[in-house]
Amino acid sequence: MEQLNRQTNSSQYGPRINREPSALRTYLVPYLSIMLGSIVPVFVVVGTMPLVPPLGFMMLLAWRIMRPGLLPIWIGLPLGAFDDLFSGQPFGSAILLWSLTMLAIEQLEQRFPWRNFGHDWFTASLVMAIYILLAMIVAGNIPNYHQLLVIAPQAALAVLMYPFIVITVSWLDRFRLLRVREVV
Amino acid sequence: MAPPSSRRSGHSRRAQISVFTGYVIAGIGALIGAVLLAISIFQPRAFDGLRGTAVSTVEPAAEVTATTGGGISGLFENIQGYLRAGSQNAALNEELEIARIRLKEAEALEKENERLMALLDLKEDEVEPVVVTRLVGSTSTSTRRFAYLGAGAGEGVEAGMAVRSHRGVVGRVLEVAANSARVLLLTDSESVLPVRLVRDEVIAFAEGRGDGLLNIRLINLGINPLEEGDVFVTSGAGGYYRPGVAVAVVSEITSDGALARLIADPASADFVSVEPIWQPESVISSELPTDEPLPGSIPVTPSTGAVEGEE
Repeated sequence: MEQLNRQTNSSQYGPRINREPSALRTYLVPYLSIMLGSIVPVFVVVGTMPLVPPLGFMMLLAWRIMRPGLLPIWIGLPLGAFDDLFSGQPFGSAILLWSLTMLAIEQLEQRFPWRNFGHDWFTASLVMAIYILLAMIVAGNIPNYHQLLVIAPQAALAVLMYPFIVITVSWLDRFRLLRVREVV
Repeated sequence: MAPPSSRRSGHSRRAQISVFTGYVIAGIGALIGAVLLAISIFQPRAFDGLRGTAVSTVEPAAEVTATTGGGISGLFENIQGYLRAGSQNAALNEELEIARIRLKEAEALEKENERLMALLDLKEDEVEPVVVTRLVGSTSTSTRRFAYLGAGAGEGVEAGMAVRSHRGVVGRVLEVAANSARVLLLTDSESVLPVRLVRDEVIAFAEGRGDGLLNIRLINLGINPLEEGDVFVTSGAGGYYRPGVAVAVVSEITSDGALARLIADPASADFVSVEPIWQPESVISSELPTDEPLPGSIPVTPSTGAVEGEE
């Protein structure tokens, strides 16, 4: 990913000579950020209806779409199990839906290899809308007019928030690959 | 961005196998998810312990956020206050609203007193709360409506206890961990609460719709006696909640009852009190099969035809 320009010492991740990205950061940041995304919505007390977009799922999507191949395809199993502990959904719902999402995006990626941000946003919006709908059905709410009205604001918020999640993830990605470790 | 070439396995046997294994594990993961989901749908309590431990771990952090910020709705309310006529106006309005609720509750109490005195000379004691604490979190992304309490088994909280704020009923404790507890909020689609109309002897069930409103279902069908603005309080049936606590205000009349708004919005409750189960005996007896004798009751031989237990 990092462009190889051997003429200069500087790169977007800091000086190159004598420096390497830290292995711990490189591997842990994506997973920790997704897990944090699962926990954060717990801190918001909302009594009447779901309003906070599924942040953990959105982080997963953003990492998956921005850095293809970074997350293993089976990551929905452990990360989904973690999300289920906090989301209030019946246990197993995120395991199932996150695993299916990873498989579906893999297929999409093979079919449309060249995409720009607009395509990605569209894909993510579609996936999030389907996810929110399926999560509602899995939680035992049969979708009627009222129920759809309940999840509409949440889905809209998720779609609008996706670019900000992408900005966060790209910032985290830069942080992840910073050349902080000195090589002796 | 095009997918990196590392995903294309080419002729490398090893790469092919690792890609294939990835797919297999992902498929198995989805299957495991489906199985766990089926288990938790048919056995809702199966993963309670795991979940309780997880929430207990983040409870200290949640306590901090609950103490510092009033949550999203608090922010909205404050902005609203400024937009209308300053925050003072909003505060006064709230006070007035509470006074109105209290008045309605008092009215209900008076009615109840009347009824009890008519039956027998019974005295109702004020209930001592088990613990006064905060709602530290909620399932804000899920359509299921749960909140998390900042107190658990260590403080004496038990499953089934009623949770109320200074305005009215918030919900019922569903499961308890060491220092946190999960509360089923009234708006959850699986919450059902027996209620009574304040100004009359109309009994109904308040069912959560999952969208912030309660569905009031009358037990005696006939002419719908409800009017907009009617206040419902707990009836005490079922034994979980003590009677006479404010629940909901009717906002829309339907053919078989009404839609009602919550009086105690959990998001605006600073502190909530956990109250002991009002009538533990009736809760226990409702969970037992009908042909089993109640604990502590004197067994009678069926030949005498006597009624078992204390009804």
